[in-house]
Amino acid sequence: MITELEMGKAESELELGLGLSLGGGTAAKIGKPGGGGAWGERGRLLTAKDFPSVGSKRAADSASHAGASPPRSSSQVVGWPPIGSHRMNSLAAKSAREEEEAGKKKVDDDEPKDVAKKVQVGFIKVNMDGVAIGRKVDLNAHSSYENLAQTLEDMFFRSKPGTIGLTGQFTKPLRLLDGSSEFVLTYEDKEGDWMLVGDVPWRMFTTSVKRLRVMKTSEANGLAARHQEPNERQRKQPV
Amino acid sequence: MDLRLPSKVLEHIFSFVDSNEDRNSVSLVCKSWFETERLTRKRVFVRNCYAVTPAAVARRFPGMRSLTLKGKPHFADYNLVPDGWGGYAWPWIEAMAEKSPSLEELRLKRMVVTDECLEKIAASFKDFKVLVLTSCEGFSTDGLAAIAVACRNLTELELRECIVEDLGGDWLSYFPETLTSLVSLDFSCLDSEVKLSDLERLVSRSPNLKSLKLNRAVSLHALGSLLCLAPQLVELGTGSFSDKLDQEAVSKLAQVFTELKELKSLSGLWDVLPEYIPLLYSVCPGLTSLNLSYATVQMPDLVELLSRCSNLQKLWVMDLIEDKGLEVVASSCKELRELRVFPSGADVDETNVALTEQGLVYVSEACPNLESVLYFCAQFTNAALVTIAKNRPNLKCFRLCVIEPFASDHETHQPLDEGFKAIVESCKDLQRLSVSGLLTDKAFEHIGRHGKKLKMLSIAFAGDSDLMLHHLLSGCESLNKLEIRDCPFGDTALLENAAKLETMRSLWMSSCGVSFGACKLLSEKMPKLNVEVIDEHSPETRPDSSPVEKIYIYRTVAGPRMDMPEFVWTKHKNPEIGVSHLAIE
Repeated sequence: MITELEMGKAESELELGLGLSLGGGTAAKIGKPGGGGAWGERGRLLTAKDFPSVGSKRAADSASHAGASPPRSSSQVVGWPPIGSHRMNSLAAKSAREEEEAGKKKVDDDEPKDVAKKVQVGFIKVNMDGVAIGRKVDLNAHSSYENLAQTLEDMFFRSKPGTIGLTGQFTKPLRLLDGSSEFVLTYEDKEGDWMLVGDVPWRMFTTSVKRLRVMKTSEANGLAARHQEPNERQRKQPV
Repeated sequence: MDLRLPSKVLEHIFSFVDSNEDRNSVSLVCKSWFETERLTRKRVFVRNCYAVTPAAVARRFPGMRSLTLKGKPHFADYNLVPDGWGGYAWPWIEAMAEKSPSLEELRLKRMVVTDECLEKIAASFKDFKVLVLTSCEGFSTDGLAAIAVACRNLTELELRECIVEDLGGDWLSYFPETLTSLVSLDFSCLDSEVKLSDLERLVSRSPNLKSLKLNRAVSLHALGSLLCLAPQLVELGTGSFSDKLDQEAVSKLAQVFTELKELKSLSGLWDVLPEYIPLLYSVCPGLTSLNLSYATVQMPDLVELLSRCSNLQKLWVMDLIEDKGLEVVASSCKELRELRVFPSGADVDETNVALTEQGLVYVSEACPNLESVLYFCAQFTNAALVTIAKNRPNLKCFRLCVIEPFASDHETHQPLDEGFKAIVESCKDLQRLSVSGLLTDKAFEHIGRHGKKLKMLSIAFAGDSDLMLHHLLSGCESLNKLEIRDCPFGDTALLENAAKLETMRSLWMSSCGVSFGACKLLSEKMPKLNVEVIDEHSPETRPDSSPVEKIYIYRTVAGPRMDMPEFVWTKHKNPEIGVSHLAIE
């Protein structure tokens, strides 16, 4: 209602009837990081998935306008990385041409180019269900599953006080590996199969993993696992 | 005793005042200075086409000869502004045609320019000389033909990264034989092939031609014959650099390049084959500007070229240059002022990992004049940022794009707060900053405390809370343009610092947590701002507390704009604030 918007109020105080109270109202109190009063209120971090992508259709339009299809992007985030559309189209056209040529010519003369461009140095992609933006982990920097799980937990569910993680809602530790939480860690191996993480020795895992996915436990049923019975029972715990 | 200087004397004095910033100050002194200044201002810059009406500008500056206009917000470059948002050139051209027919120069950036606009320009401004369109769209090559045929005294026609409906290359043929005044021609963003013979004749009869930027369709062979006709070129943008030439043609081309004694700037070089790189060696020592950002050659070839460019001041290149290549740049290009390194892959996955923070560190160490940086990189470290800050306190523009969102320092796994703190602390004259990587509110506390000269700031995927916005709005005194996407703050900081928004040109926020209610409140409190809510779904069909997609806020004396599309809401659309469920036509 209109009365909630106090139009006659003095400049220094703004009062909203929208559920956000400003307390003291002056900037002087801002010293406390994440502390009480107004600054306890935080916006929810929204990801691209929360909105119908207004921009991406335009990207497709303007790209086709310039005669090339928009580049296939691994994340659904519009306008990232921030490269102008002319440059984007040029890169898209270039990779389309390269794919075409790779199909025609033999690999040999393309090799030096590939080596320069595609060396990943142990970085693999990690996606999490419900989060549009994928991340990357350096497997070479980890020595065990526990190590890796901790890194992923920090990445997606930052548990430092006064901060929010990518999803903004989860603050309890994840325990991705023992099947007791809402999420499990899965990976795609070289054959394209999705497996539960943790079944094979670490070294074997690092040589066969292509990418990771933090999957909702409810969706992980039927995933291939080497050891069947005891682990299965654990993983099928209700959320 | 009347101490006022006669206006003739004032006029003469003001004719020495070139910068518009100074002229703006001059006009604030007193009424007679205001009057004299406005009558003598020739070059007018309107940096937000919605901040003022065309009629008001025409009225104030009757002597205007050159008009520069900017339309859409910067993030439009990354497809964040939906089509149809606005930025139409027509009202301006129509107004100037009527009130300032002596207009000679028009420079438009991020505006919608139609063929009608171009035809109107051609028909209305008898002495029209300069048309520069940057990142514009909405016109076709027919519009270009209209300009070509009618503007008898045209000196500059430049299309920079425009989206043009390309109906063919005929437009070039419309330049009459009597047109001999051309100084600069840039059609690099067009696709279609122009007739080589027409282009050759045009170049031959343009003795003043200093800058020629061809499109990709111009072959290497054609380039050779064109350069023979224009050895006086200062700026050259080649076409595609990849035809297979026989030995004789190659040596002829090499010879032609050695004749380009005045060449200072080189660009284009699409698809350049490594075997043609040596053709460019002869011009390297004279180059001050080199744009290799479309040249897909590898580091060794790039190094061969760059090691010969001892006078280079501006370098744009792709990450194919790698750290090793930047090390060579550091040792060879001591005059370097501006460096831009672009990604060679469109996807985060394809990032070239042989380019790291180290490359930029090398350049920052060895190039004392480096003041402008744009650097795309897979990851970064605080240590590198600290080193760069220490090496180059003279940085004016620092735009770092760590391509991986939320990427922490890859050695310490800490946020990049400390690194950016070093940058803003050390670089006291920093005017433009883009941050990226993992950043907490602390980073913005540092920026707010130290970034006193900061005019433009771009932020994505950063911060933790309203504190981040509060630090910036309350701390950065010179802040003019702020653009933010995907950061987790809400209404509080925005409303607390509402007054600040009138001292800025514009604020863009997308995918943040600002609610519709806050936008309405802000609109109500700040009548001198246009608060635009850009949302595919009309915000009025949702509760006030729900966050909106995008917000664009700018100060204006023009009042509400009349050309808003359906998906843009301002309070003027529905004057009865608080009454929801109003259907929008």
